[in-house]
Amino acid sequence: MNVPGETAATPLLELRGISKTFPGVKALDDVSFALYASEVHMLLGENGAGKSSLMKVLCGAYQADAGEFFYKGDRVTIASTADAQKLGIAVIFQEFSLVPYLDIAQNIFLGREPKGRIPGTIDRRKILADAKRLLESIGFDIDPSITVNTLGVAQQQMVEIAKAISQNARILVMDEPTAALSDRETELLFALIAKLKADGVSIVYISHRMAELFALGDRITVLRDGRRIDGVRPADVTPDQLVRMMVGRTVDMTYPRNFADKPGEVLLAVKGLTAPSGIADINIEVRRGEIVGLCGLVGSGRSEVARAIFGADPVASGEIVFEGKAISGEPDMAARRGIALIPESRKSEGLALLRSVGDNLVVSALRKLFPSGLFDPRSGQRTADGLIRQLRIATPSARQTVGLLSGGNQQKVVIGKWLAAGAKLFIFDEPTRGIDVGAKSEIFALIDRLVAEGAAALMISSEQVEICHVCDRAYVMREGRVAGHLARNELTEENIVRLGMHHA
Amino acid sequence: MTDITKETLSPPRSFLSQDAIQLFYRLLAVFLICAVLAVLNDSFLSLGNILNVLRQASLTFFIASGLTLVVLTAGLDLSVGANVALSACVAGTVIHTTGSPVLGILTGLACGGVVGLLNGIMVTALRIPSFIATYGMLWVLNGLTYWYMAGETLHGFPAGFRQIGSGYLFGLPIPVYLLLVFLGIGTVFAQRTIWGQEIYAIGANPVAARLSGIPVTRRLLLVYAVSGTMAGLASIIFLSRLNSAEADIGESLTLPAIAAVLIGGTSLFGGVGTVFGTFIGALILTLVLNGMNLLSVSANWQPLVTGIIVILAVWLDMKTRRRAQ
Repeated sequence: MNVPGETAATPLLELRGISKTFPGVKALDDVSFALYASEVHMLLGENGAGKSSLMKVLCGAYQADAGEFFYKGDRVTIASTADAQKLGIAVIFQEFSLVPYLDIAQNIFLGREPKGRIPGTIDRRKILADAKRLLESIGFDIDPSITVNTLGVAQQQMVEIAKAISQNARILVMDEPTAALSDRETELLFALIAKLKADGVSIVYISHRMAELFALGDRITVLRDGRRIDGVRPADVTPDQLVRMMVGRTVDMTYPRNFADKPGEVLLAVKGLTAPSGIADINIEVRRGEIVGLCGLVGSGRSEVARAIFGADPVASGEIVFEGKAISGEPDMAARRGIALIPESRKSEGLALLRSVGDNLVVSALRKLFPSGLFDPRSGQRTADGLIRQLRIATPSARQTVGLLSGGNQQKVVIGKWLAAGAKLFIFDEPTRGIDVGAKSEIFALIDRLVAEGAAALMISSEQVEICHVCDRAYVMREGRVAGHLARNELTEENIVRLGMHHA
Repeated sequence: MTDITKETLSPPRSFLSQDAIQLFYRLLAVFLICAVLAVLNDSFLSLGNILNVLRQASLTFFIASGLTLVVLTAGLDLSVGANVALSACVAGTVIHTTGSPVLGILTGLACGGVVGLLNGIMVTALRIPSFIATYGMLWVLNGLTYWYMAGETLHGFPAGFRQIGSGYLFGLPIPVYLLLVFLGIGTVFAQRTIWGQEIYAIGANPVAARLSGIPVTRRLLLVYAVSGTMAGLASIIFLSRLNSAEADIGESLTLPAIAAVLIGGTSLFGGVGTVFGTFIGALILTLVLNGMNLLSVSANWQPLVTGIIVILAVWLDMKTRRRAQ
């Protein structure tokens, strides 16, 4: 559908009929995309829908196989990142491209430093003054001589934006910019986006968060399977309609599950756990058949609790009792007793990306599958094949490199390796991060099945909706301590937020 | 539940695994080198020369096989040569003073193993990067050996002991039997034991390996201890073959061993490689040197040629691997 009223204006940048094929995958299929001046254009789609590819075509990192680009109505080519930069296109990636050991000013003007009087030197005073002025213009009050590696994520993002502005960017592409930001930081970012927009900058904004689409977006383009499905105004659609466009079918957003009427015996009891990683006096209990939520703001110590229980971080005092017996030591001890950790950063901590799906699936179960110590590749392969079928992991075979799978399927591999190991307690740290809606409900169904069969789960999530819908009960953390406990009937987003916030 | 299994996926690229392709290239290289040398020189294909090549390759292989395990964990052991020297001198002294070759052999192996274990402790408990820990160990071992030997040479060992390095059994040199035995043990250990699998997993991603419940510290200790023990074994072969030991015998051993590992296709980044590949690597290295000797090429050219082969092998591996991804 064309957005009425805007067809007459010439778009700032227009892409027509863009296609991009990778061996075996059509990443983009005849996608058209128009960006007008001073608009925030949301790009929406499941993982693998083509958002990243479109973004990379836009900034010249990929070259389209077919299609045309128009800038203010004139035909242009974007064959390299330099071409894109000349057109004023800048991308703020999720992983920042700042040099950690240089200061803010040096990062902003990297490669374009003002020359000093002596040849080969940099005019230090000018670079600092220019940086300061630039940072103030985007409402960021900070000393530009601070080294970047001491900055938080939100501040680094601001530096990235300042850098883009300094290069006269008129089109900013932002890839899930709020993924690692707190609520307060998100507000600041939104204010900045509004300001940039008022200054005539156009923003292409990729996000998985429904609330942001409606709060920020002027228009929304929905992609699915590499095709453009629709372009809409936020006012004309409901979240449910958007989700249907993304997935092309109705996804049950409520993740139904069979709540345990009578949970089993206590599987895990954490008593007065204190750790140098910043958590103190943690008391938690998880029973068989339960999914227990662990929520709170990012940085409240949730992951630290998970890592301490699993033995990944040292413990200062307190006791961790699993199946009635105290547990201590490295992760191999916890794993041997039946505890599993599904870490937050799947790619760096959960998988050996260059190894095969099969290798990754059996790695935690080696001792269980081969008690003699002798490894039988064929038997390992059979186990892997079984898990691939059971978890419906989309892979051509167990021999496929696991790094080539989509996020949801990679997560299934991480869970699968603990199924093979026969784990009894599954600690999930943000199990659905970076996973599309369809795969999410599959992961939740899987967790539900696990606990129904007598296992237990401790689930960390920043998505309060997920905690509310999936968990039997939840602990809320604040500043390294458990701030409160919510039973099933008290489990609402409002209560979680209230307990998790400071001075509530 | 929704269906994400119908996602577009590329079909498997090849029926052969990456390892198989790399092994194929290497065997092809061995074949080509042999063919060229056979044409150029009549004596190359003589049984005596082939056995000689195998015997020479065996010494490099013993050191390189243990080293392969270290490299599989993304580590490096630069102390292997110095370890051979110290172990040889210690073992030689024990044989001289006690008159018992068995005791000497055991001491040599133990000495190598203890040095390896110390490397392992530096890498795990002290968290020193293996490159630096074993580089420091190289100097420490050299220092100990020079101080201990004080410029002396140990010489003259019992005839029975000398059989290990220079004797024959059914027409084959004894080191060749040892080579086959340790090639078998090494291959089974790496490919067919859970410890071997865990070593590959550690090399591929040490953080994920630890969080998958693999006892990373213990496995690393094991790997460095094995590397040291294999250096100890090499010291015994060396001692019995040359019938003498001096402080500086290790200096020419480390770099060829690393070359054999790299030519054999084991990645310095860890997680990729095989002990059999290392054997082929040692073989290629020895064949080329042997061929240059037979063709009367000056020995001064040998380091240059070794360097080119290493660079070529690693470059080809990276190229094929990149294409596969």
